Amino acid sequence: MSILSVRGATKIFGTQEKQALELLKQGWSREKLAKEKQATVAVNQVSFDVQEGEIFVIMGLSGSGKSTLVRMFNRLIEPTSGEIWIKGQDVAKLNSSSLRQMRRQSIGMVFQKFALFPHRSVLENAAYGLEVQGVRKSERMEKAMEALRLVGLEGWEQKRPDELSGGMQQRVGLARALANDPDILLMDEAFSALDPLIRRDMQDELLDLQQKMKKTIIFITHDLDEALRIGDRIALLKDGEVIQLGTPEEMLMNPADDYVERFVEGVDLSKVLTAAHIMRRPETISVDRGPRVALQLMRDIGISSLFVVDRNKKLLGVVTGELASEGARRNQSLQEVMITDELPLVSPDVVMNDLFALSGTAKLPIAVVNADGRLLGAIVRGAVLGALAGHVPNADNQAAPASVQAEGAHESELPLTITAEGGVER
Amino acid sequence: MIGKSPIGDWVESAVNFLTVHAEGFFEGLSTILEAVVNSFTWMFQLGPFWMLIAILTIIAFIVGRWSLALLTGIGLLMIVWLGYWEATILTLSLVLTSTVLSILIGVPLGILSGTINGVSKVLRPLMDFMQTMPAFVYLLPAVILFGLGIVPGIIASVIFAVPPTIRLTDLGIRQVPQDMTEAANSFGSTPWQRLWKVQLPIALPTLMAGVNQTIMLSLSMVVIASMIGAQGVGTEVYRAVTQLKIGQGFEAGLAVVLLAIILDRFSQRLIKSNHARH
Repeated sequence: MSILSVRGATKIFGTQEKQALELLKQGWSREKLAKEKQATVAVNQVSFDVQEGEIFVIMGLSGSGKSTLVRMFNRLIEPTSGEIWIKGQDVAKLNSSSLRQMRRQSIGMVFQKFALFPHRSVLENAAYGLEVQGVRKSERMEKAMEALRLVGLEGWEQKRPDELSGGMQQRVGLARALANDPDILLMDEAFSALDPLIRRDMQDELLDLQQKMKKTIIFITHDLDEALRIGDRIALLKDGEVIQLGTPEEMLMNPADDYVERFVEGVDLSKVLTAAHIMRRPETISVDRGPRVALQLMRDIGISSLFVVDRNKKLLGVVTGELASEGARRNQSLQEVMITDELPLVSPDVVMNDLFALSGTAKLPIAVVNADGRLLGAIVRGAVLGALAGHVPNADNQAAPASVQAEGAHESELPLTITAEGGVER
Repeated sequence: MIGKSPIGDWVESAVNFLTVHAEGFFEGLSTILEAVVNSFTWMFQLGPFWMLIAILTIIAFIVGRWSLALLTGIGLLMIVWLGYWEATILTLSLVLTSTVLSILIGVPLGILSGTINGVSKVLRPLMDFMQTMPAFVYLLPAVILFGLGIVPGIIASVIFAVPPTIRLTDLGIRQVPQDMTEAANSFGSTPWQRLWKVQLPIALPTLMAGVNQTIMLSLSMVVIASMIGAQGVGTEVYRAVTQLKIGQGFEAGLAVVLLAIILDRFSQRLIKSNHARH
């Protein structure tokens, strides 16, 4: 369900906003408006929907209009035109008291330079949003404390913001926004002022928090790595227009134009490609088959091992050629001969960087399984290196980790299984 | 040839108009201000002089430790020794009254001017005018409107001393980082909440620097106002000057200087402790 719908949001800075808007609609270019009317088109007819619970990244270089755009969502900047729907209300049309209500209850904001109040303690900062709502002191302090605990700042609540490091200050900023329990969190370059290492930590923590709290996060950044790491979807902004919107993988695999391509060129693939990208269709056998069927199948396909799965495609074990023929000699069932211990398993969203060690040592193909233990794919030896060299087997069918995680999203990738009739089907 | 300018005539008729038509207002204001000054003087003279000095020294110690306490104690004793204690009390009362009045007028105006550009555009030239017009000039209309005495002195010194408070309040408000006002807005503050909880506290050190200057300016003006009957150390200075008594003039002047230094250090100290709390 979409929680925020932006329709034709436009912001023009200048003395004659409305006139400039008309001219823009008549087809004047940005450059012409700037030159002849001294009007700057900061955001130009932007439309998109943000789904509840996703991390939506708005990315762009400085001057692309991303900060202006995000400020239109809570009207720190008045839109020149367009609609911004949050929870059934068009923010752009709210009167000042309804707008205040919306800001208090539905939208929290985290700022690039933290914007903490220097004269207030960490706790008082975190309680600010509740304070202006008139929440009783004991209650707001309790809630603020809870928010501080959530971001790992217990024990620091009586300090002044300037006694804290940058990373900790931004945690206060985050706690201040979370204390109100808003539905949407706007994060304007929230981690850009932090050191790279602390930045990584904060990104990870944000993802953890997101898992726990299921907030909708709109995250502004100019850093592609950051966008790829945390974004469920990314909108790339240039000159105030969205030039591509999609999952991180779509951005990388199919850049919409030269601009996006140049943007994504420098990306380190090993940090971006995941197990889901490089896995192949696994060769499997149902556990109720016998070792002889397994042997026959291996011979037919020309491989040395098979994944053993149950009816629900849940991975039970692996059977190799040797084990199968031994089982066939002793008349054992597949259940008895298969290897079940220390199978090399990974989840589909593991990045390649973390696959190197495993793929170097594993003797069996690596099984890619989802949280329920269902087998999604296999990574055979060489696939990891092959992918680094530019050969990505799944590039054409757009396997995205985010969607693989979703239940049954990719039926086409279900493991090959032998059915009761003995035929092979997907 | 250009004729003689009529501006002087306009000002005169304006003042005359006010005298005739707003007499009640000025009388009421006069009564209030006199009462305020008198209650300050009354408060300062509740006990013997050494008690007041002791109390002020203790406060000085609390606010600014040994250096300020020493300065206050010794400075005030020296004023007693010079023989201007009573006069200084009166001057101090006048300064405090006009400072309080300046803050009451200056801070709200400064806030308006810092928030609304139009207000600042009007106020700025007006304040330049107020500060550069020779201070004596205010004394005349003040006398005509309020008669001789302490009240016109206070009015004149407020006009002369209020601009720094306005200017620095304006500056303080404008210097509040934009993202902090944005943060205040983004959490749904009303304009009042934003002002009280965010803008004013952050602007406070700058604002206090303005108040410090206002105190010093009103002291200097109160001394000048002795010419129109505002009693105090200034009266002694003025008398010494008119009678060419060099020694007495120097001594009275010294009392003013001592009071000025103490007031200055006191208010400076308050600004610093404010900073430290941040």
